[in-house]
Amino acid sequence: MKIVVPVKRVVDAYVKVRVKSDGSGVDTDNTKMSMNPFDEIAIEEAVRLKEAGTATEIIAVSVGPQKAQEQLRTALAMGADRAILVESDLTDLQPLVIARLLAAVCEREQPDLVLMGKQAIDDDSNQVGQMLAALRDLPQGTFISRLEPGAGHVVVTREVDAGLERLRLSLPAVVTVDLRLNEPRYPKLPNIMKAKKVPIETATPAELGVDTASTLKTLKVEEPPVRKGGVKVASVAELVDKLKNEAKVI
Amino acid sequence: MSILVYAEHDGRALSPATLSAIACARSIGGEIDVLVAGHDCAAAAQGAAAAAGVRKVLHADGAHLGQQIAENVAPLIESLASGYGHVLAAATPCAKNVLPRVAARLGVQQISEIVEVVSPDTFVRPIYAGNALATVQSSDPVKVITVRTTAFAAVADNGNQAAIERIDAGTDAGKTEFLGADLHATSGPELASARVVVSGGRGVGSAENFDIIRALAGTLGAAVGASRAAVDAGYVTNDHQVGQTGKVIAPELYIAVGISGAVQHLAGMKESRVIVAINKDGDAPIFEIADYGLVADLFSAVPELTGALSG
Repeated sequence: MKIVVPVKRVVDAYVKVRVKSDGSGVDTDNTKMSMNPFDEIAIEEAVRLKEAGTATEIIAVSVGPQKAQEQLRTALAMGADRAILVESDLTDLQPLVIARLLAAVCEREQPDLVLMGKQAIDDDSNQVGQMLAALRDLPQGTFISRLEPGAGHVVVTREVDAGLERLRLSLPAVVTVDLRLNEPRYPKLPNIMKAKKVPIETATPAELGVDTASTLKTLKVEEPPVRKGGVKVASVAELVDKLKNEAKVI
Repeated sequence: MSILVYAEHDGRALSPATLSAIACARSIGGEIDVLVAGHDCAAAAQGAAAAAGVRKVLHADGAHLGQQIAENVAPLIESLASGYGHVLAAATPCAKNVLPRVAARLGVQQISEIVEVVSPDTFVRPIYAGNALATVQSSDPVKVITVRTTAFAAVADNGNQAAIERIDAGTDAGKTEFLGADLHATSGPELASARVVVSGGRGVGSAENFDIIRALAGTLGAAVGASRAAVDAGYVTNDHQVGQTGKVIAPELYIAVGISGAVQHLAGMKESRVIVAINKDGDAPIFEIADYGLVADLFSAVPELTGALSG
């Protein structure tokens, strides 16, 4: 089974983001950048499938600036075999454009499975996997917490509002992963060193025949209104009194 | 231009989330049609027809639509979309799965989880887990949008009698097979629409100790929520998770017990009208947004609160 895993370079999950004073976006200068955490889970699952003898080749793909090579090297150190960077310095690449670029990569690579994060923690769109599946006319399994490979299919367990549901998807398919699928490993130092020597293949949107123009324009980015804290109460009795007589909520 | 709302339902009634999506459609303006797709869902179609502001209900019925499989529902929505300026749905796992597939088939960008309508083509949506708000403008002919339900008060069932039109249900794409569901039986109100929610965090300490949270919730007629830390620790199942990667809710009263207040959790509950925090660590970030904070050991304070309220 050949697996493609898209990975995105994002502001690290533990960094408190700051909105730029001119309202043009979020400040990413001199900010720690990492692989999108959901994508790490996708890489981890692919590597486990390879260790189990199910996957034969894992290709990590990123769309972004040259520096996204860092995240591809992390993917290689975790166990990906190859890495492809679709280079673009545009900061407002929309999910549909990303999905078209990934679809073009999949047309070349013909993977059996695309495993990817359910959403990126920067723009929180939660769209690319579903869009890629649509563009390739493939079945999709989104927000999964379990993956069981079979002959010519995968069985996925999805996290839905009221619990879990199970789907059997014929391959090729696109699967997007949720938090509880696995706990990603830390790459070992020898693997990090080895990953530095792997050549990263590159492509451009133009080479892939994809127009990067967007029909969705960001007019401004603002800080959300700050919710002010209230008071500390000294006892349960005071809390009950406040809820009944001040907030009138019980 | 008119608006198509893709409904979520259980076959008998629309979900409250869809009523919020209809409310959002009303704030955009224009005639509103509701698509009820499913299997044996005539009752839900009738429920949709009674919702305030609905012009027409499109009812598609077929076995292959019963589980809202994206591969089967997306072509149906796509076939209807050209007659509308907007396609809307509540940002629930169901629509988050289906709508991007519709948008890609139409060749348009989707606008995810909007919290405000500025104009029919301009919307506000949270990014970075709600740490920033982006105002975006779409020039697409059809605007495909998911709606954060906590930002729009649900429309009422006002005895409206919209026309119900039976439409062709399309065919099974045949690549995806539904094997089954493991839906957690919950007692009490549903988390997403409850008036009061009591949530427990890592501080609760164990699955058994969560009975303290359940007891307080039972007394208040509240739903039980949890932080991601509590879910990851196995205290409760993931369907209880409140937060950026769980459910985003805005009840009248939210009581956070033993929850420190990670950004990820705050993103899921900070729109609640009144927030109460009970935590033994007086420096916990949750106190910065709580209307009423009680620095106390939850194992004594929560049973005491339950006792005081059950009198």
